[in-house]
Amino acid sequence: MTAKVTVEEVERVAELAHLELEPEESGRMLRDLNAILDYVAELNELDTKGVLPLAQISELESGGNANVVREDAVVESLDRAAVMSQAPESDGAFFKVPKVIER
Amino acid sequence: MASETNSAETFVEKPKSFASLREEIAAGRTKAADLAAGYYARIEKKNPQLNAYLSLTKERAIEQAGRVDALAAKGDPLPPLAGIPIGIKDVLMMKGAPATAASKILKGYLPPYDATAVQKLDAAGAVLLGKLNCDEFAMGGSNENSAYGPVHNPYDTERVPGGSSGGSAAAVASNMAVATLGSDTGGSIRQPASFCGVVGVLPTYGRVSRYGLIAFASSLDRVGPFASNVRDAATLLGIIAGHDEKDATSSTAPVQNYAAESDKPAEGLRIGVPAEYFAEGLDSEVRAAVEKGIAALKAAGCTVKPVSLPHTKYAVPTYYLIATAEASANLARFDGVRYGYRSPSSQQLQDMYCHSRDEGFGAEVKRRILLGTYALSAGYYDAYYLKAQQVRRLLAEEFLRAFAEVDAIVTPTSPVPAFKIGEKSDDPVAMYLADIYTVTASLAGICGVNVPCGKTQAGLPVGMQVLARHLNESTAFRVARAVEAAGL
Repeated sequence: MTAKVTVEEVERVAELAHLELEPEESGRMLRDLNAILDYVAELNELDTKGVLPLAQISELESGGNANVVREDAVVESLDRAAVMSQAPESDGAFFKVPKVIER
Repeated sequence: MASETNSAETFVEKPKSFASLREEIAAGRTKAADLAAGYYARIEKKNPQLNAYLSLTKERAIEQAGRVDALAAKGDPLPPLAGIPIGIKDVLMMKGAPATAASKILKGYLPPYDATAVQKLDAAGAVLLGKLNCDEFAMGGSNENSAYGPVHNPYDTERVPGGSSGGSAAAVASNMAVATLGSDTGGSIRQPASFCGVVGVLPTYGRVSRYGLIAFASSLDRVGPFASNVRDAATLLGIIAGHDEKDATSSTAPVQNYAAESDKPAEGLRIGVPAEYFAEGLDSEVRAAVEKGIAALKAAGCTVKPVSLPHTKYAVPTYYLIATAEASANLARFDGVRYGYRSPSSQQLQDMYCHSRDEGFGAEVKRRILLGTYALSAGYYDAYYLKAQQVRRLLAEEFLRAFAEVDAIVTPTSPVPAFKIGEKSDDPVAMYLADIYTVTASLAGICGVNVPCGKTQAGLPVGMQVLARHLNESTAFRVARAVEAAGL
């Protein structure tokens, strides 16, 4: 957990996250990520063997049975025209995007 | 910012209470329309320096004020927030009004619906004034990460208002709104409330619906109120709280009458003071102010005793791993396809995604997406994300053990008062460390209130954080009322 991140790793992670960083941005991110990862390495001091991960806290709430799902019924939803009007490019029914495959 | 205008007298102003405004409107002495107009005039005067509002919703405000005035003129019963001018953090949807999350990537986006909390305020007769500045996607503790410029602290315009809900806190402190809504993921309501000398509430996770809140870290995000006094904050929580079928994590527990509960004396309550929150790094003036707050609680008849929260020092790294991991997933939706910004310079789909995100997101958002993606990536998941979730359980259980012995826990909200704009903005770790007292309650899912408890020699506000167990907001409000009543 104390491994240093390399420029190549920053670029790989940026690719996974669909971020295209400028060269000077990569340098800054490399510096910051290493500083942050050095700091979070403190967690290694703690022995967490056998501790169940806690993904969300509703299980700890005594009074509330959270994570209630609704009936699977057809109900009115947002107005399609209003939603599609916010798209950068749309034909009213579909979102339009640049081409995916070269022909 | 010119320092000639840099005086608290210019900007700090306490709003009237809900009760006195309600009485004036019901008696016909004040028209809701005039009240709203007065607020817009004040915003026009103060906002150029403070930058708390990103956009105004005048048409909607005037329509609502008109409805309230018509009811009042007929002598009909008024809804609970009739005519009260309220501002909304720009991470919550208001139908037809820009929702930017203070990011360039959402510039121009007009949501087709109201967030549940917004809709509930509207139904209660509140006059919604506009959308408030914040850190981009609520990521930050200083409001310096807004794509639309920083918010300035009304007490000293060279200082930050805190963040991420800096606009929400500054608007109440400068009376550009009577109350506001914000969101809190790691301290984003409590810390700016403390920096701006107002009351801010972190409701229990699930107490207020997240429907219509732009997601940052879904297991941590909460919507909550800011107000100039504890009772109004409690009133507001009572209105926005409750189960919502549109948010599967919203609690079905009954909503209490928090305002009435807050009227009950704090006498006899057991208050825990954790030594871990008064250790190295705590500013001496903040410590002195919070100790006066604790003395006021003793004087009000509370029992004060030490409690131990030994995992506190692990909370900030735990928080930053979990919050960034969740953020990296949540922010994947901003890709130039369905809403917001699309880079014009792309011929191919993949390039369009990358260019839109690279041009649309600011540096802190990118930093957190990268950290979160890294922590979730193959080979690192167990060492970072899973480890953080295990420590999260230790932190939560530690709070539950403490609450077996005490009714509330009090701490400083922030180790320091408001710092200078630019002071920490180049050092992410230093900025993250400033969240040390607030991220613990975020991870544990418990509730809390920031209540002002005095000022530094330089006149900067200091806040006390009052924490209570899950769904026990009433207790936190009672304790906060006792601190408030001491007039520190």
